[in-house]
Amino acid sequence: MTATTFAPDDTLDISQTPRTPMSRLVRVELRKMWDTRAGLWLLIAIGAITALVLLIQIWVGAAQDLHLTFHSFLTSMSIPMGILLPVLGIMSVTSEWGQRTALVTFTLEPHRSRTIMAKLACSVLLATGAVVLGLLLGLLGNLLFAAVNGGAPVWGVPVTEVLGFFLLQLLGLLTGFTFGMVLINTAAAIVLYFVYSFVLPGLFEWGAQTIGWFHDARPWFDFNFAQAPLADASMTGKDWAHLAVGGLIWLVVPLAVGLRRVLRAEVK
Amino acid sequence: MIKLEGVTKSYGGFTAVDDVSFTAQPGRVTGFLGPNGAGKSTSMRIMVGLTHPDRGSATIGGHKYVDIPNPGRHVGVLLDASAQHAGRTGREVLAVTALTMGLPDSRVDEMLELVGLTETESKRRVRNYSLGMRQRLGIASAFMADPSVLILDEPANGLDPAGIHWMRGLLRSYAERGGTVLLSSHLLHEVEMIADDMVLIGRGRIVAQGTKAELLQTQGTFVRAEHPQKLAAALAEAGITAAASGDGLRTESEPVEVGRAAAAAGVVLAELRPAEGAGLEELFLQLTADDAREDINQGALS
Ligand SMILES: Nc1ncnc2c1ncn2[C@@H]1O[C@H](COP(=O)(O)OP(=O)(O)OP(=O)(O)O)[C@@H](O)[C@H]1O
Ligand SMILES: [Mg+2]
Repeated sequence: MTATTFAPDDTLDISQTPRTPMSRLVRVELRKMWDTRAGLWLLIAIGAITALVLLIQIWVGAAQDLHLTFHSFLTSMSIPMGILLPVLGIMSVTSEWGQRTALVTFTLEPHRSRTIMAKLACSVLLATGAVVLGLLLGLLGNLLFAAVNGGAPVWGVPVTEVLGFFLLQLLGLLTGFTFGMVLINTAAAIVLYFVYSFVLPGLFEWGAQTIGWFHDARPWFDFNFAQAPLADASMTGKDWAHLAVGGLIWLVVPLAVGLRRVLRAEVK
Repeated sequence: MIKLEGVTKSYGGFTAVDDVSFTAQPGRVTGFLGPNGAGKSTSMRIMVGLTHPDRGSATIGGHKYVDIPNPGRHVGVLLDASAQHAGRTGREVLAVTALTMGLPDSRVDEMLELVGLTETESKRRVRNYSLGMRQRLGIASAFMADPSVLILDEPANGLDPAGIHWMRGLLRSYAERGGTVLLSSHLLHEVEMIADDMVLIGRGRIVAQGTKAELLQTQGTFVRAEHPQKLAAALAEAGITAAASGDGLRTESEPVEVGRAAAAAGVVLAELRPAEGAGLEELFLQLTADDAREDINQGALS
């Protein structure tokens, strides 16, 4: 240890200390995503399960002589990713509270909203990474399928579809993140997420089929439903409006509520 | 320098911290002493902005903690050694801290060495750390940036005697370099050994503060007589209140007054001396007992 002496001053000279740059906070949050066993295995699982889904698809496709294209691979991969990425979003928030590391995190960066922003940025980066990984795996899968099945691989996926794929994964991650912010508890947030993505759509579907006005109103508040056209890049102006309103209801408002609470909460 | 002014925090109707004011000076170790639930941890959380006070202000070197950029560089904080991710290795915990503060990774090794965690121990997950190891890890985080102010909540908790001795030396040399140290404890002997200044808190209120020398200074007399009843009667006659203490009596009066009263009544004394070595223990018990209004038959120092 360097044996410097401190100025025998009653005031602290902070003029020479720059505030922690946002980029560093993002790097910290990224590191915290994989430096625990839970986080690391979740990341590995996302990659492994996605690859597995792909292999099964190739196998089934070859056995039944299906017509599989790059598009088919991208579509099937968004299912495992759509389930696991939100869990990552949830955990990035809730592990701070469950493991009580918030005490240290918010002591080192007392502007809590900056840490939350860094976590959000980190989610966007991870969604991007997941999409790149998905594209790579899809590319490999398509080549592999062509090799196994004999015949030329079929590409032809428009850029809009790739963007749609990205937006889908990002929205999934953000939804998880939001649920984590609102509930501050890993298990509860995961349960909520599965209710939201597996139970609610069924209920909404039933409602839409039995009640007329519900059918018309559904795209505005059923965020899952509103995201459907993203997958096949068939978004119209009205679809975007649905998505925006759904995002307001499911992301923006709860995120604001959650943020308000995190900023005010006593951390102990 | 740490300065609290009129800090108050209530939970519902319960006032956990009640109008607390004190300062911790640079170059000195300030012991923040109080029984369980006295409000030490709450006060410390208020200092670093984790808890918002209802009233009053807490500043560190003239700044509110939130206004200090990259505060870890200036203020080393250890509030709860167990508040770490159980799945991270000890080394990783320090690496994340170093990264957040913008310090090189080499600092991690230096800190591990400082707190005496070995290479193999540092690679274990915190889940498998003993209480003392966690405490050492927390101390390593607090010292990471060689800050000029330290806020440590029960840093000796879980340390073995050698560890406590080591920490005492560490904090002492740190204060000698001009650092400000505030450490809390509910163990008197611990604070008595390290602190220069002391702040005693009970039920959320400051009940005494000052230098250790000031607080240790005792007044009064210890007196023992051949016939205790006769002595008690003689003192009562002279208007001197006394309380039983061991096989003798303790009073707040000067020895000469006690001697005079005894002489007037013809009581034979076996021992007459200034009450010494009452120690902080007694002071602590008295002050907190007074505050808690517990019925302990003492009140000499109130
Ligand atoms: N969120 C809360 N709600 C209600 N009471 C609280 C809350 N937080 C703290 N308290 C109460 O405030 C008082 C002070 O607690 P604090 O943790 O500051 O004590 P302490 O002096 O650190 O005690 P110890 O030596 O046991 O660590 C306690 O009675 C505690 O129960
Ligand atoms: Mg405490």
